Amino acid sequence: MRSDARSLWESITARGVPAGRLHGTSGCVALAELAHASALGGRLAELRDATVLIAIKDQLTAALVLLELDGFVRRLVLCAPDLAAEHYAGVIERSQAEACVRDAASAAAVPLSLRTSVLAEPRLTPLPARPAARHASEWILLTSGTTGAPKLVLHTLASLTSALAGQPPPPQPLVWSTFYDIRRYGGLQIFLRAVHAGSLVLSQAEEPVLGFLERAAAAGVTHISGTPSHWRKALMSGAVTRIAPRYVRLSGEIADQAVLDSLRGAFPQATVAHAFASTEAGVAFEVRDGHAGFPATLLGGGGPVELRVSDETLRVRSPGTATCYLGEAESLRAADGFVDTGDRVEERDGRCHFMGRRGGVINVGGQKVHPEEVEAVINAHPWVRMSLVRARRNAITGAIVTADVVLAEEGGARGARPAGDVLTRELAEHCRQALAAHKVPAMIRIVPALEVSPSGKLVRPNA
Amino acid sequence: MSVRSTITSQFQQVAIEQERTLAPLSDDLKLVQSGLDSLSFAIIVARLEDALGIDPFNDAAEFPVTFGDFVRLYENFAK
Repeated sequence: MRSDARSLWESITARGVPAGRLHGTSGCVALAELAHASALGGRLAELRDATVLIAIKDQLTAALVLLELDGFVRRLVLCAPDLAAEHYAGVIERSQAEACVRDAASAAAVPLSLRTSVLAEPRLTPLPARPAARHASEWILLTSGTTGAPKLVLHTLASLTSALAGQPPPPQPLVWSTFYDIRRYGGLQIFLRAVHAGSLVLSQAEEPVLGFLERAAAAGVTHISGTPSHWRKALMSGAVTRIAPRYVRLSGEIADQAVLDSLRGAFPQATVAHAFASTEAGVAFEVRDGHAGFPATLLGGGGPVELRVSDETLRVRSPGTATCYLGEAESLRAADGFVDTGDRVEERDGRCHFMGRRGGVINVGGQKVHPEEVEAVINAHPWVRMSLVRARRNAITGAIVTADVVLAEEGGARGARPAGDVLTRELAEHCRQALAAHKVPAMIRIVPALEVSPSGKLVRPNA
Repeated sequence: MSVRSTITSQFQQVAIEQERTLAPLSDDLKLVQSGLDSLSFAIIVARLEDALGIDPFNDAAEFPVTFGDFVRLYENFAK
């Protein structure tokens, strides 16, 4: 990434014609084609200097539109395809959107009344030449809260690409892929990395994991990212054997030791890395040593990303931090520039461990329980693939802890699975060995599946 | 299984899990002297709700004092 580039297109063409391709379910486009072609039917001029809502169902189309519009419009407002219809009016008002770009599928789903509406498609229209960038566009990302309206987070191309600054191009082009949608922070990071380093295989909402990984394999995927929940689902599907990446990345949720170990087992040749990033704080760090948590030496260390723990939660200040929220009274950063991530961190033996979200704590008779801490213990059991720990109301202690557990697939080294009641007793005993009594689930229920949100995170009913 | 025997077995089961020494369960045993703590009672009440389909503590006017009171609370609520 060149720090003096005025647009994403200038940045990825700084060293010459880009060699990579974008692979979607709707087709495949060579990045080089975008020098003289448009996904907007040549209607770019109508969007000049405008604030443009990007509401597109197809990921490939969205990727092409972002590459075409950045540097040419005032603001890009990125709506993920699962944004609920009732939230559009608020997003338009707070972002001051004047125009929208949609594809046929999204236009049919949500009617929007904006001054200008442009239809995009992955089939490109030839153009004589691409116009020069006019200014640095603002990028507005929406937070994916489970309840209420999303917040609008203002970034710039410089803040979004700060983690790439000064990185040399790879000797061989990489083939990136991600389970994420590129309209979310985690996916957008991969999109920006990929177009600077090679190619990208885009997933599509509702696409079965097997089909997606087969497409990634066909494109020769070398680098792939997702949340721990994405990866657990992929491991359960058995489809991970289709790919042989060199680099596997987890972010967006706590990567516990069990999921790290499972991925190392599935991809013995790959580097398994887990990263901490959030829409507001930006990319904070990446850990490649295969262990959960991060070295305490990262706190208060030098470098552009500053980390500290105060009031038991992780705070981040970096060039990757977002500028502000749009249309919110709440400020995104403290006066000193640090962003409160809301993620609780505990230091043990020189290692910082994520304990869970500040708002997610269960209170059992005055004693705190972080669901994620209990889940990490349950997930370490060889017969568990994923789990959800939640509060159940209780007249005696206010709440008690319960757990829903998805079992690991049969076969392989594990052999035949014991009966359900044997396993729940074994799991309860396993928890009692590792946890204080109030943290041990009073009930453990085996369930066929757990809900994962469109952002790739476990859905927490109490959150 | 009767309400009483369901309750008795839950007391015994939770006492084992919580590594507590349970006093002999007679009707006049005071719950505070049963050997169980409040977490144990919380677990018992939740499991009885699953086993019997009722949680009399949700709108109990007063907390039972003896084991006999505890059983009667459930027996009366179940009627």
